[in-house]
Amino acid sequence: MIEPGYALAALAIGALVTYGWRALGVVVAGRIDPEGRVIAWVACVAYALLAAVIARMIVLPLGVLAETPLWARLGATAAGVAVWYLAGRRVLAGVAAGIAVMAVLVALTGAAG
Amino acid sequence: MTAGDGTAGGRWDRPSALTLGVRDAIGAPVVVLMASFFGFGSLVRASELDLSLALFSTLTGWALPGQVVAVEMAAAGASLLLIGLAVGLTNARLLPLVVTLVPRLAGPGVARWKLFLAAHLIAVTSWIFTMRRVPSLPVEARLAYLVGFGTTLWGASLAATALGYAAAAALPPSVSLALVFLNPIYFLLLLVEETTRPSRVVALLAGAGLGPALHLANPDWGLLVAGLAAGTLAYGVERRWPPPPARTGGEPAGE
Repeated sequence: MIEPGYALAALAIGALVTYGWRALGVVVAGRIDPEGRVIAWVACVAYALLAAVIARMIVLPLGVLAETPLWARLGATAAGVAVWYLAGRRVLAGVAAGIAVMAVLVALTGAAG
Repeated sequence: MTAGDGTAGGRWDRPSALTLGVRDAIGAPVVVLMASFFGFGSLVRASELDLSLALFSTLTGWALPGQVVAVEMAAAGASLLLIGLAVGLTNARLLPLVVTLVPRLAGPGVARWKLFLAAHLIAVTSWIFTMRRVPSLPVEARLAYLVGFGTTLWGASLAATALGYAAAAALPPSVSLALVFLNPIYFLLLLVEETTRPSRVVALLAGAGLGPALHLANPDWGLLVAGLAAGTLAYGVERRWPPPPARTGGEPAGE
């Protein structure tokens, strides 16, 4: 159980730093090169950090997903990527397959009991 | 209704550009956004937080990867400083989007404060569509297009957040568990889509490998260090083997 005041503060800080990037973008627009090195590094770190967060959500989940077996989460992930690829790289098709496989595996194993 | 409504002599005025933005948003962009924010609503419900917090986050911090990171790290009990740093790094991709779009929106008669307000509506999807439409719109109508497109997506995101929250509460546990799984699989596929660049493959594999490992080693700093290390490694790869110049922009999405 997360303390509501702390959660509100976490979300508010997240919102502030998010808008901070947008406001900074307006301020520096026209003054920095969007194809430059700093922007390229920032994009790489943002991408890698998101990959790290996703992997942690799948391999070491918090909350309700932690009640599911690892093989079910990996299986659902593999199914999502496979269907995404087979359906002509359609993201929605892959997402639908991933959560459908997850629901079936959870129902079969009774993990959500 | 045709696409030419409200345009005298082929010129777009502000109301017609606004309508065009709304119309462009309704369709695939709204469907994809609503699916992902539906998952976010389910995640917040599964984290045992109030619906008002979910809506607050989508209203103020509208950029889904950062919102998911904030909720996840709050669930893990991380310090507010670390949450701010992690959300900041995750959403840093907004900076290049704004930097490239704003010069195309600015012009005589476009007040600067309007740009600061409209910047909140700049995210990956609105960036792609506005960049695409900008060449055919007069400068004074471009902001109206972004506002029409962005507020439509923003409103749809809010509605989907509430729907996802309600669904997670009402549906059987196996289904609501699967809905919580929506965000990781959605983001993973968005990242996989980008792997046409070698540096992105490195970032994905190194980030996904280091993330859980360093999280185990240090739950506070692990993910941040993993993102910085894997991202810097990927940047080195990109410097050494630059991507073909065919595509510009198009950073990982999610909002």
